[in-house]
Amino acid sequence: MKKYNFSMLNIFKIFISLYFFSFIHSNAFAIETIEISGGGTKQINIAVMPYKEIALDKTNSRMHQIIAADLYRSGFFRPLDIEGLVNKPSILSEINYPEMTAIEAQVMTLGQVEINNNRMKVNWFLVDINKKTILTTMEFSGPVAQYRAIAHKISDTIYEKLTGIPGVFSTKISYISKNKGRYSLNVADADGFNVQSVVGSPQPLISARWSPDGTKFAYVSFEKKKPIIYIQSLVTGQRTVVANFKGNNSSPSWSPDGRRLAIVLTYNANSQIYLIDPDGSNLKPLIQSAHIDTEPVWSPDGKFIYFTSDRGGRPQIYKVSSSGGEPQRVSFEGNQNLNPNISPDGKMLSYVMQDEGRFRVVLHDLQTGQITKITDGPFDEAPKFSPNGHVILYAHKINGSGELSTVSIDGVVRQSFNIHADDIREPAWGPFVK
Amino acid sequence: MKKSLLLASLLSLFLVGCSSTPINDASKPTGPSVSNDEKDLDLASLRDPNNILSKRSIYFDYDKDVVKAEYKDLVAAHAKYVSTHPKAKMTLTGNTDDRGSREYNVSLGQRRSVSVKKSMNVLGAQDTQIETVSFGEERADTNCKDDACYGKDRRVDISYEKE
Repeated sequence: MKKYNFSMLNIFKIFISLYFFSFIHSNAFAIETIEISGGGTKQINIAVMPYKEIALDKTNSRMHQIIAADLYRSGFFRPLDIEGLVNKPSILSEINYPEMTAIEAQVMTLGQVEINNNRMKVNWFLVDINKKTILTTMEFSGPVAQYRAIAHKISDTIYEKLTGIPGVFSTKISYISKNKGRYSLNVADADGFNVQSVVGSPQPLISARWSPDGTKFAYVSFEKKKPIIYIQSLVTGQRTVVANFKGNNSSPSWSPDGRRLAIVLTYNANSQIYLIDPDGSNLKPLIQSAHIDTEPVWSPDGKFIYFTSDRGGRPQIYKVSSSGGEPQRVSFEGNQNLNPNISPDGKMLSYVMQDEGRFRVVLHDLQTGQITKITDGPFDEAPKFSPNGHVILYAHKINGSGELSTVSIDGVVRQSFNIHADDIREPAWGPFVK
Repeated sequence: MKKSLLLASLLSLFLVGCSSTPINDASKPTGPSVSNDEKDLDLASLRDPNNILSKRSIYFDYDKDVVKAEYKDLVAAHAKYVSTHPKAKMTLTGNTDDRGSREYNVSLGQRRSVSVKKSMNVLGAQDTQIETVSFGEERADTNCKDDACYGKDRRVDISYEKE
């Protein structure tokens, strides 16, 4: 019986376009750094000036808008309102320092965008207002098609310069959309732009997880009336079955080296965690119980697997050695805790706490044990750390319809994505790609 | 001194011009059943609206997986059908409301389908003829405001490979 027409031909039409963009780094100025304290508790006031666009079609520059939105979303920056300023410098000699001090800018960025024959060149500066010194100056160039990518690269550079930690503005996110009854796994830029569908289905798709190298997805599809785990390459589009055993096959989680997957199988009983190779071989149980054990996630060092279990009555977070053994309970506060995700440095867990009738995203510091509620609910789920650990992407519901938002790990800055679909859910954040 | 570097976001390269992989619906009927099945599996009894076998949903209380007394006859009828038709293949699909995480709800729905299966095992239905699966919250009504609405999502649906 032919169950679906899997038209792989389309996916092989992938056109790998060699759009490289290059940047030239000038060391003509002394580089200094700004001291910031408190890891996100204090935001940096930044004036993001309109980058003057020198182009034949005279379109207004939007580069500064992309940069300001990136920096705002990170939670570490407060882009200032610069609309009312008399002076809008695009080169160093035009800067009016007293005016910048008056709006309490600590740093400012300014620059010029030259566009010619579908090529663009951006000369830009990052300036310390108090010291009147240049922190960074660079020239980025590339095809006009890379306009947003170049803006994100500038944001990344500013972010790393001022926080000491790489920015995530050039990384990718993924999510599942449901539109007119059709499900799609989509990849987008970290700001929600440039959406591309990876796989579409009339039946639900859930639990998409990026491979550690960012070239593949593991996901769960219900296209055969039960959950089955697939891996799909983003390079070739080729799709393979990882697990299609009797019962459910769900909740895939890549080991940090990409060589194993933790998955959940049921056969004719409750959800249990197994380990399997990505080609579907070498299956072995991780732990065995009569209870629900699900939602496995690996610690970044590969030594532990965190998971959700109802072995204590209500669902709570547990951890177990990735070689098996006796699980230890990790979460104790709240009525129930589920849906764990771990920070890239392995020091923080984020999960969903159900308490007082609300499902909220919490941050659990594994060293101090401190738990902080960073969203308000009522139906928040699927928290995922950014690759630099500074922001959490999560799903929530507005009038029964799913939406995505980011929240800075201090809970201060929340920003929703402007993605057009009936319903979006199941976010994941792709890795840094070098 | 100027140095130039080549940068490439691998993913933006891979995804340029990438078209989505379509999956077609596996749920469409695949043509008329073979007449042997009609007789061997007594398919008419499964379809007869006056036969209890045409009733296919078992509803659960909030956060519970206990099969309630009101479904005793329904569960018994399907268990008997399976045990008396060795070629029959049954799927029990668990469902939940849309609160909580999707994967945990797959596990909760599974616990309900396993609970129904165990009730049928006691009445002689064999595991080899039954598959327990779960759709979690994937078929839930996403606009529920009260428990009467959520209650319709907390169920196990019975289906047969041939019916």
